[in-house]
Amino acid sequence: MKRTLGLTMVLIGLAVLAAAPVLAAGSQEPKNKDLILSTTTSTVDSGLLDVLIPVFEKKTGYRVKTISVGTGQALAMGERGEADVLLTHAPAAEKKLVDSGAVVNYQLVMHNDFVITGPPDDPAGVKGKSSVDAFKAIAAKEAIFVSRGDDSGTHKKELSIWKKAEIEPSGAKWYQESGQGMGATLLMASEKQGYTLTDRATYLAQKANIKQEILSEGDKGLLNIYHVMEVNAEKFPKVNAAGSKAFVEFMVAPETQKMIGEFGKNKFGQSLFFPDAGKQL
Amino acid sequence: MNVLFEGLIEALRLLVTLDRDVINITLRTIQVSGTATLISVLIGIPIGTTLALTRFFGRGFTVSLVNFGMGLPPVVVGLATWLCLTRYGPLGFFGILYSPTAMIIAQTIIATPIVAGFSLAAVQSVNPKLRLQILALGATRPQYLVLLLWEARLGILASIIAGFGGVISEVGASMMVGGNVRGYTRVLTTATVLEVSKGRFELATALSIILLFLTFCIVAGLSYLQQRRRQP
Repeated sequence: MKRTLGLTMVLIGLAVLAAAPVLAAGSQEPKNKDLILSTTTSTVDSGLLDVLIPVFEKKTGYRVKTISVGTGQALAMGERGEADVLLTHAPAAEKKLVDSGAVVNYQLVMHNDFVITGPPDDPAGVKGKSSVDAFKAIAAKEAIFVSRGDDSGTHKKELSIWKKAEIEPSGAKWYQESGQGMGATLLMASEKQGYTLTDRATYLAQKANIKQEILSEGDKGLLNIYHVMEVNAEKFPKVNAAGSKAFVEFMVAPETQKMIGEFGKNKFGQSLFFPDAGKQL
Repeated sequence: MNVLFEGLIEALRLLVTLDRDVINITLRTIQVSGTATLISVLIGIPIGTTLALTRFFGRGFTVSLVNFGMGLPPVVVGLATWLCLTRYGPLGFFGILYSPTAMIIAQTIIATPIVAGFSLAAVQSVNPKLRLQILALGATRPQYLVLLLWEARLGILASIIAGFGGVISEVGASMMVGGNVRGYTRVLTTATVLEVSKGRFELATALSIILLFLTFCIVAGLSYLQQRRRQP
């Protein structure tokens, strides 16, 4: 049997490799401690949840599985009961879920704003224009515009601006859909010297890597509003009801709201998100 | 170039200082891809060997199926696994979506046809005269199989290397069924994608370098086994 030594050694080696980290990782939390948070890429890419989640986990003992997808997919997961709690930023689409009873305990958390960024030389001349006029100028010049194209909150917002500008950009050569998260889309816009619509938090996080400037901002239509909500456990019995309730309460608690307001001040010299819990927008 | 250089420095710093997150991610990568490779070896080599040594109706079709499976797009495997494992999907009652187990399942599905396909080719390419000779010398069935696999060991090890290489470099399925949860299902490939989204290119480069280094070490170990001198 000496001859099978080689293969046996490979198998043993792989087994040891596979087992070692399991032993190292130690015991795991009980299953019902798992909480699936389905959220938008901007809360993760900006680093906000890296700050908040560990605090929540420490306080409550839940293990949060943060699934960062576009708001479209996050809401779809909530609609099918595949997530426990949602943190998203597309109020119009969220409203449908509230009305259908798929989600409950719908709470305002925070806002920041969308900005239109573009190459510093601004070939379409959108600087200082309102969002609708800026989009009109981009379309008139046929300047490259990089869209998320992924049904995310940002994409929904962008489409609503095109609609207001009465332009149908899809299919046009200058209108490119990245199909990726905000960070990756900003990189694409920078490489192609195009324009894009982004949330301010992701822009500031990516700013050092890209040649994009904020050209249009401050428009009332550009508010980016985040809500947190529980997926309805009465409708979907597999939902971790206690956990999602705890998470919603955590997000609107005064201490958490303070952390949200402070987040990013050290690194960027300004807040990335503005706490809004309990306010009416 | 600057980013690559800084990435190299960052990778060395992370490795030397034993950064907790990076060590965790690296161990998780080894755990998930190692287990998936092990399972696919246990399933794939018997399948490949059986297909190489037997003749039965539908064998040609089965072989085509295995060869087709070698090129299964990981993202398709990821989507199919995701749909099966969702809470309200057919296998939802296991409740294992977004866990390392789910990633192991998806990676096993990716690696098994690769291992089976390569070992099929390896066993089949052993000189048929040798097979007759082994049997003529009075080998029992198990002895025959062991000797045959030993003769095919170069190809068998190549199949393991290919299977492992396929899953450790894979990102689509891991992202989908693992969810890239920090400290739980984050592996080197999905962490790299995330750090690029965050605009932290140095860290992303560092993670890539660690992934390359890890893959090299494991493949080098397997290659050593494959290439060392034939025993008498």
